Amino acid sequence: MLRTVIAATLAAAVILPTAAFAGPIEDRQAIMKGNGRDTKMGGDMLKGAVPFDAAAANKILANYAAAAKAFPNHFPAGSDKGDTEAAPAIWTKPADWKAATAKFQKDTATAVALKPTDAASFGKAFGMVTANCKSCHEGFRIKKG
Amino acid sequence: MRRLLAALAGLALVGALAFWLLTAPQPLEDAAVAQGPGDPAKGARLFHSGGCASCHAGKGAKGDDRLKLGGGAALDTPFGSFQPPNISPGPDGIGGWSLADFDNAMRRGVAPDGRHYYPAFPYTSYARMRPGDVADLFAFLNTLPAVAGKPAEGAIAFPFNIRRGIGLWKRLYLDPAPVVALPAGAPAQLQLGQYLVEGPGHCSECHTPRDQFGGPDKTKWLAGAPDPEGKGRVPNITPGRLGWSAAEIADYLKTGFTPDYDSVGGTMVEVQANMAHLSDADRAAIAAYLKAVPAAK
Repeated sequence: MLRTVIAATLAAAVILPTAAFAGPIEDRQAIMKGNGRDTKMGGDMLKGAVPFDAAAANKILANYAAAAKAFPNHFPAGSDKGDTEAAPAIWTKPADWKAATAKFQKDTATAVALKPTDAASFGKAFGMVTANCKSCHEGFRIKKG
Repeated sequence: MRRLLAALAGLALVGALAFWLLTAPQPLEDAAVAQGPGDPAKGARLFHSGGCASCHAGKGAKGDDRLKLGGGAALDTPFGSFQPPNISPGPDGIGGWSLADFDNAMRRGVAPDGRHYYPAFPYTSYARMRPGDVADLFAFLNTLPAVAGKPAEGAIAFPFNIRRGIGLWKRLYLDPAPVVALPAGAPAQLQLGQYLVEGPGHCSECHTPRDQFGGPDKTKWLAGAPDPEGKGRVPNITPGRLGWSAAEIADYLKTGFTPDYDSVGGTMVEVQANMAHLSDADRAAIAAYLKAVPAAK
């Protein structure tokens, strides 16, 4: 009986906070969703599906830089469990992970500083940033579906 | 009693003889072997569609380092750890090989010394390659830099460490016939796509689930499978799951971005880097084939 009560209390203590507040998994997924939206907007501009807009293009790059800065803060120990596509390598190879996130931050900062004014210069900045998608997802993301 | 023992010994001998005969390597017949000399310029296309660099170049190699085929990272599977060998054109690689040696490796999975290769080397797919393409690929590989050194062999679990047994496996699964029955008079683009996907591209090696003996389950062709290295899932790329248009599939293979701008990940990053080297026409052909295969859920 006592054991059941303790187990129930523990379960409630663990489950309730995550149900009530967004956890690190939700936070980092929201950042990546934002990156996806920005990349779609930028890609559409570069493909000519929508007209090039310098202000919007620079906003995309600024969003990337902010995302790159915030992103690594949302992988605390223990957040490898749950509904996540984050690879164990994030926690088992911390030096590699740090190098990848540092490169993302450096490339996004460089891209912002380029201040593109036309589609060609934006394409260069955009390509520099989005090369990080593949290189990071190669080792640090595991698709479940 | 003595008679029984003799009978048993006789049976064992017959069994061993049968095993030996059934597992014998089956090299190509002389008339079927690719004829040289191949064209190295054409071979580059086969090199990229075959993804040779993904396994035989060093792990994480970029740019020209992807042309140094000294043997890459081991492939860790439930059957054991498979080490890709040096296939550079030097003495530690395929430097001394004839085109017939190379063709037997590619289309029969047989080494120049007569041993079976493990099917981690996807000769079950390469068996569908045209002999002329094998000759072109061989000519291309011979233009690449020689790399010194042989990587240590992988560690394979019993009973899979008995290479001779692969002969039985090949009798079950080594079949150069096309898998999907295309309608008679199918467009040339579709036929090209079938060739690239089922042959050199060897897409099914990861995207088709395997049965209990490690052979492809062709009733679930390209329907997705557990990752061979035990992490995550390789997606279903039949029309039953993949809702992308042909243009979107071709664009993904070129850029690495899905239609909603998610990015390629995992081991597909290497594959997409190879596919980006192909022509738009080849990528469009692959896409046309993927739209035409039977839909699986």
